[in-house]
Amino acid sequence: MNALIFTALSGVVMMFAGLFVRNKQHIKFIAIAALLITFGANLAELSTIAAGSRTVYGMITISNFSILFNAVAFGATLLYFMLSGSAFEKVGEHVSDYFALIFFILSGITLAVSFSSLLMLFLAIEIMSIPQYILAGSDKKNPKSNEASLKYFLMGSFSTGILLMGITLIYGATGTFNISDLGLGEGEVSPLALCGIILLAFALSFKVSAAPFHFWTPDVYDGSPSVFTSFMATVVKAGGFIAFIRIFHVAFAGGALSAHWQLLLSIITAVTLIIGNFTAVFQQSVKRMLAYSSIAQAGFMLLSVIALNDMATKGIILYAAAYSVATIGVFAVLIKLKDYTFDGFNGLARTQPLLAVTTTIFLFSLAGIPLTAGFFAKYFVLTAAVQQGNLLWLVIVAVLCAAISVYYYFRVIIAMFFKQGEPKTSEITGGFKFMLVVTAAIVIILGVFPGLLLQLI
Amino acid sequence: MLTVLLILIPLVAGLVTFGLKGSGPKTLGLIASVASLAVTVGALFQYRTAPESVQFSACWIPQLGARFSVGLDGMGMMLCLLTAISFLLIFVVIYGRNYERSNSFYGLMLLSQAGLTGVFTAYDAMLFYVFWELALIPVYFLCSLWGGEKRIPVTFKFFVYTFTGSLLMLVGIIYIYLQSPDKSFSYASFTAGNIDAHAQSWLFWLFFAAFAIKMPVFPFHTWQPDTYEQSPTPVTMVLSGIMVKMGLFGVMRWLLPVLPKGADMWSDAAIVLSIIGIVYASCIAIVQSDFKRLIAYSSIAHIGLMSAAIFANNEQSLQGVLIQLFNHGINIIGLWIIVEIIQDRLKVKNLNDLGGIAQYAPRMAIFLVIISLANIGLPLTNGFVGEFLMFSGLFQFNPWFMAVAGLGIILAAVYTLNMVQKVIFGQSNQLTETTTDLKGNELLVLTVIVVLIIALGVYPKPMLDLVSSTTELVNKVY
Repeated sequence: MNALIFTALSGVVMMFAGLFVRNKQHIKFIAIAALLITFGANLAELSTIAAGSRTVYGMITISNFSILFNAVAFGATLLYFMLSGSAFEKVGEHVSDYFALIFFILSGITLAVSFSSLLMLFLAIEIMSIPQYILAGSDKKNPKSNEASLKYFLMGSFSTGILLMGITLIYGATGTFNISDLGLGEGEVSPLALCGIILLAFALSFKVSAAPFHFWTPDVYDGSPSVFTSFMATVVKAGGFIAFIRIFHVAFAGGALSAHWQLLLSIITAVTLIIGNFTAVFQQSVKRMLAYSSIAQAGFMLLSVIALNDMATKGIILYAAAYSVATIGVFAVLIKLKDYTFDGFNGLARTQPLLAVTTTIFLFSLAGIPLTAGFFAKYFVLTAAVQQGNLLWLVIVAVLCAAISVYYYFRVIIAMFFKQGEPKTSEITGGFKFMLVVTAAIVIILGVFPGLLLQLI
Repeated sequence: MLTVLLILIPLVAGLVTFGLKGSGPKTLGLIASVASLAVTVGALFQYRTAPESVQFSACWIPQLGARFSVGLDGMGMMLCLLTAISFLLIFVVIYGRNYERSNSFYGLMLLSQAGLTGVFTAYDAMLFYVFWELALIPVYFLCSLWGGEKRIPVTFKFFVYTFTGSLLMLVGIIYIYLQSPDKSFSYASFTAGNIDAHAQSWLFWLFFAAFAIKMPVFPFHTWQPDTYEQSPTPVTMVLSGIMVKMGLFGVMRWLLPVLPKGADMWSDAAIVLSIIGIVYASCIAIVQSDFKRLIAYSSIAHIGLMSAAIFANNEQSLQGVLIQLFNHGINIIGLWIIVEIIQDRLKVKNLNDLGGIAQYAPRMAIFLVIISLANIGLPLTNGFVGEFLMFSGLFQFNPWFMAVAGLGIILAAVYTLNMVQKVIFGQSNQLTETTTDLKGNELLVLTVIVVLIIALGVYPKPMLDLVSSTTELVNKVY
């Protein structure tokens, strides 16, 4: 509950801060301070719910899991503010508004990890989406940014409509919005509810950019200002996955019902993995490659939605953390470069060795190479899928796709280390370098001792 | 504790090396490799007196049941010894060379040594997997930064190949982990035999893919000649002398004891692939005119024989493989050292440009002849003992397999002697007249290698004793 209140309040504070504080550096510090307070308030709640979980007015349920995920999301956002917060100024005038919008997205995420009613799910998804439409279009004078915003908005409202229809059908079949009372897993499968579940699966697949609902992703991620793409592709996407996994694991699991949607989601996962990875191979722009890589990584996270076990819920948290931190890191470096193509990275290891080495660590993590956080993240979701049984074909598809992903991640490494060039970068401060090293250290520490995060669950 | 030290020394030295300048990296590399060898010899004595004392186990990821368990058995001990000796020899040979960005070069070399030692000592499947990947990454950077002109696509192919294999193995590891009653990655629970025959039959291929790519066995070998050719020669020595042993080691440590029924089911298929590799690679080696590619193909042929002998899986063949692991490493590094010296002096690697070196560098010629004979497996050289045992084991398994594999010996004589003839005998030309003979450090290293070749050829018993515990272990499972 603290997390929800504090994120919403921080959002309001940031909106007013824009009126009174003119210095953009100060606005950034206020945002970081607000986020730190929110982070602390969220963790403080951990002691009050020692026994299981607490439900507030039948609408949201606070549990260890939700607090931990909030902490991961806030932590990743904190890194994001520190690494890329200064780049907000380059997008436009209204820096404090951007921070405010991000806080509102965070309150949407806190709802997504704790809803216990289908209505709250709808609210969570909407609160997460609407600020994103604005952020995507925040570079007002750039037609690509406008296009991204409009495209995202149209497609997003369409999928929200489908989500609502799904909720309606489920309500029709069960007569309740409360996800723990739906009781869909018991007895015979109701065709009405099944239709609802399929619509819900489609709508949520859209939000997490799973194929074949991914067509908006490359254009939106490419068109939006890079600094916001970084946030949209990481923390927000992880929030979408949490909503996805919670509704399917809590409300739709059990009996004959699981088998129906598991088959559907398996196919969606396989298609997502294959399309995401193969298309990423052909990109010329690193930013667009990262957009497709986010689709490919979504395929991996979907594995944990399909697998109904403990490993899957642990896996999604680890994956969200590993993927978000690494991608935020890569984007932070990308923003500093003038040229977003692969050639723009040529020779970075000679001119900026520290940037090159840390980027390599982030890319290793994304590729899932051991001793980085990404390896254990992949390990957990793969284990969850193997444990589920009868999904081995999907696991093999996933690992083969992971091997393909090495191709496009390593293209960046090859450009940085083995090619000649004089990459143009904007000014790189000592503070930025320090934060990059901290981020890389987090990736490695989580990769060597994933237990540090897991013991909290 | 000594086992942990074995991994730590190169790891720490490697990390420190990145920060050094001038001749610091060279010196530290040499010191670290001497220290590694000393610790390895210490561990060997400790292993002889009290085998339990070289085991070490500590908590790593309690939530998963993964432990940091390292230890040594006969096979691990021998491969660690090979690693330590090889790195020392390599560092001594290249002491006179000046590499660009030598701090990164030596740092990465030492890190790869740490990774390799980790692979050979890991007794926990998760740890094994981590080291398995870790050994690859420094080598990837070494090849890509200091290799030949086509290095980038070639080493990338190498990386993607091996990474794909490893990921398939990871799926296998996860499956076995979930079958284990105590949910642990420990060697004991992996070898406890909880996996039914049907699962073993497909798990076999997941593991085999990873190991076969690393060895490499036909048809997974296509990365290897290109990579050997394009890599800087010291890295090729690491690759061919030690890294390919990871595949063979993997089969003996993690495939045969863990999936005995699967290995039994598919042994014919694996042996046939290996034997095709022997004949195929030998034939290609005969027509090669590139010095490095010739040795690369000859290496595929030798590894093919070892792989066939492993899957024949009887006491003699396994003993043969085990001592051949060591001997092949020593021999092939010896050959590469000579290639390195010739390339350094003359800047060519095409056999047709060479000739008559014996007149100008007689000592080098003698060494090349001895090492080549060991490579063919002539009696009284170390190559003979291993090959004899392997063929005899393969004969017991199936005489026809042995007959076809035996062609490899004849073909090996053809291409090796042909190479020797083209390099050191025949007409000299303007280029080869400029050859100078061995320098002090090169002479020292080659002498050590030749002494090892002859000593182990005449009296292989200490080596056989060392590995006998491993053969018993692998056989006991059946």
